[in-house]
Amino acid sequence: MSHAVVPDTDVPKRPSWVRRNKLAIAPWIFLIPALIFFAIYVVIPIFESLWLSLYEWNGLYNVDGESTAVWVGFDNYVKLWDDPNFWTSLRNNIAWLVLYMLAVPLGLFIALFLNQTVTGMRFYKSMFFFPFVISQVVVGLIFGWFYNPDFGVVGTVWKAIFCEETTNILGNVTFTCSRPAPDILSSPEWATYGIIAAGLWPQIAYCMILYLTGLNNVASDQIEAARLDGAKGWKMLWYVVVPQLKPATFIAVVVTVIGALRSFDMIAIMTQGGPFGSTNVLSHYMYEVAISEYGERYGYGSSVATVLFGIMLFFISYFLWRMYQDERGGR
Amino acid sequence: MFLNFKTAAAAIALTAMAGSAFARDLVINFDDLNPGPKKGFEDAVELFKSENPDINVIVNINDREAHKTAIRNFLTADAPDVTSWYPGNRMAPFVDAGLFQPIDDVWEENGFNEDLAAIKPTMSRDGKIWGVPYSYYQWGIYYRKDIFDLLELEEPQTWDELLAACGKMKENGVTPFTIGTKFLWTAAGVFDYLNLRTNGYDVHNALTAGEIKYTDDRIRATFANWETLINECGFVENHASMSWQDAIAPFANGDAAMYVMGNFSVDGYKNAGLTEDQIDFMPFPTIDASIPGAEEAPADAFFIPANAKNVEDAKKFLAFVARPDVQTQWNKTIGQLPINSKADISDDKFIQEGFALLNGASGLAQFYDRDAPAAMAKAGMEGFQEFMLDPSKVDAILERLDTVQEEVYN
Repeated sequence: MSHAVVPDTDVPKRPSWVRRNKLAIAPWIFLIPALIFFAIYVVIPIFESLWLSLYEWNGLYNVDGESTAVWVGFDNYVKLWDDPNFWTSLRNNIAWLVLYMLAVPLGLFIALFLNQTVTGMRFYKSMFFFPFVISQVVVGLIFGWFYNPDFGVVGTVWKAIFCEETTNILGNVTFTCSRPAPDILSSPEWATYGIIAAGLWPQIAYCMILYLTGLNNVASDQIEAARLDGAKGWKMLWYVVVPQLKPATFIAVVVTVIGALRSFDMIAIMTQGGPFGSTNVLSHYMYEVAISEYGERYGYGSSVATVLFGIMLFFISYFLWRMYQDERGGR
Repeated sequence: MFLNFKTAAAAIALTAMAGSAFARDLVINFDDLNPGPKKGFEDAVELFKSENPDINVIVNINDREAHKTAIRNFLTADAPDVTSWYPGNRMAPFVDAGLFQPIDDVWEENGFNEDLAAIKPTMSRDGKIWGVPYSYYQWGIYYRKDIFDLLELEEPQTWDELLAACGKMKENGVTPFTIGTKFLWTAAGVFDYLNLRTNGYDVHNALTAGEIKYTDDRIRATFANWETLINECGFVENHASMSWQDAIAPFANGDAAMYVMGNFSVDGYKNAGLTEDQIDFMPFPTIDASIPGAEEAPADAFFIPANAKNVEDAKKFLAFVARPDVQTQWNKTIGQLPINSKADISDDKFIQEGFALLNGASGLAQFYDRDAPAAMAKAGMEGFQEFMLDPSKVDAILERLDTVQEEVYN
């Protein structure tokens, strides 16, 4: 009984700083792992690459582990300006950007064509989607064979039209042609277009699938209404369907632009930038001068990378700005 | 990555058991996983082990392409005691960065200055010797003997004889030369030989060392000869989309009769169904009789990294790989030529002919992409390919190569 209950005299503690700012902190805690990795693998390398583009470096360290890089300031960019290979690559990049855009309308038309209810439609759809599923490297290989003037489809068709089967001096079968078969991948004029055509194949499939999902969301009542008002054919498509597909179109354009700028694998597989550098694009040229067997000019490669980064940044900023505008408009 | 991990692990376990019995580790990095070269190397290592039981040899064998990338890291990060690499300009970046150590003493003590004399200039840089070669192979013209017999042609010795032979082949519907320039370097083989025959070894060397311009009249003469070769002999169509292996197909089918190639290609011909009687080898014909014959003979060699831990035994190994008996056995296994002039060769006819050819050579080029620095080699080989597709562009090509040359060598 002697234990009198001591009343709780503590002033209620002010909640700690962490508790008070719980709502503000929580998202950052969740973001930290991603931010760390993003910084290590993306942000810091970007700045390192920008910095490296001001040096001349063959990628080697000396015995004491010090880099053998030499500061050259903006020399690499001056060299780039006078480098015909750089301009060829840039021109090819533009060709890629322009022609790759064909994937958007072509994807739309295939999507419209496939957007019907016929038995087995799922099968056809998946067949059309197939090229996007296989790796770019495989697509490059297949098209490389396709174009081959000796044993490819192009060569075989050509032989059937323009060539005669004869026997050579040893009695083996050979072909004599009235016109030599077109060698697309080793012609400096046509090789780039040949590769772009190969690249379009999976890209069309990608745009198609984006539009197919978009078409699912097209409001059928609006179609009905338009039909009652007498819209059909092109007018129906242009004024009723396409506006409703705007989000799909936006994404299709974004992935196509980025796909065109990243066009590395096909070039590496089909021509390695050849013949004599005429199919190079910036991403492949950067690889060639920096890390391929005959490159090892890391500073120069970095300056190519910087230019490519600038071009990408331009497009990406524009897309982000558009998205931001749309979001504000949507609120 | 390291296939011989098991052996290495076993060796380490042994070391642990035997205590200090294996006090001296010798780490060797080698760069060829193809069965022949791998066996040649492993046999040599076994012999070295049995002769030096107190050295614990640890071997890492990597694939050729992977080795080219890996060496750039391991020379600084985790250097082996011995590594394989290529002489000529390919070793220059590492020598300049101080990543290899000079081994003049090994050459001095073992009399390599005499026995390996032909290759010495290629192994030297800045007045020092940096490595020891174990093997090389010849380049030249491989031809279809059966076609030559049918057309009653002899091996052409001179430029005129070659052009005459080409004329006869074309009359009979045979394309004289096959080649696949997709990966560029094959065209450099043709260029090297034309230049060696037109101007000789010294001019060729000066060109790849950046001392002569590509627009020099002597180099223009080489390209003029090349144009003659294209017009009067001719190469297979579509060569720009073929690899060197693809180009074997018309050769094997009898559509083309000659191939400017290295001796490693013999396996390819045999795999394509050709027998030894159908193929033969001849040196590239002379163009100017007053010019001493120099040949193309790329060598493979061993080097000691500057960071090697066991330099003493590394030098012992380098002395070992250049010994005549070791080179004899090793090169018999891999079907190439020993460099030591005291070594014996196998009785393969291509090896015999190559040995005779290289022994009589006044100079040995290492191949354009090893003699010239990487950036120059790339631009040069692209130029050669472009020239082969359209010889009329020669002026633009040579001027561009001059620009690249100025940039690369300064």
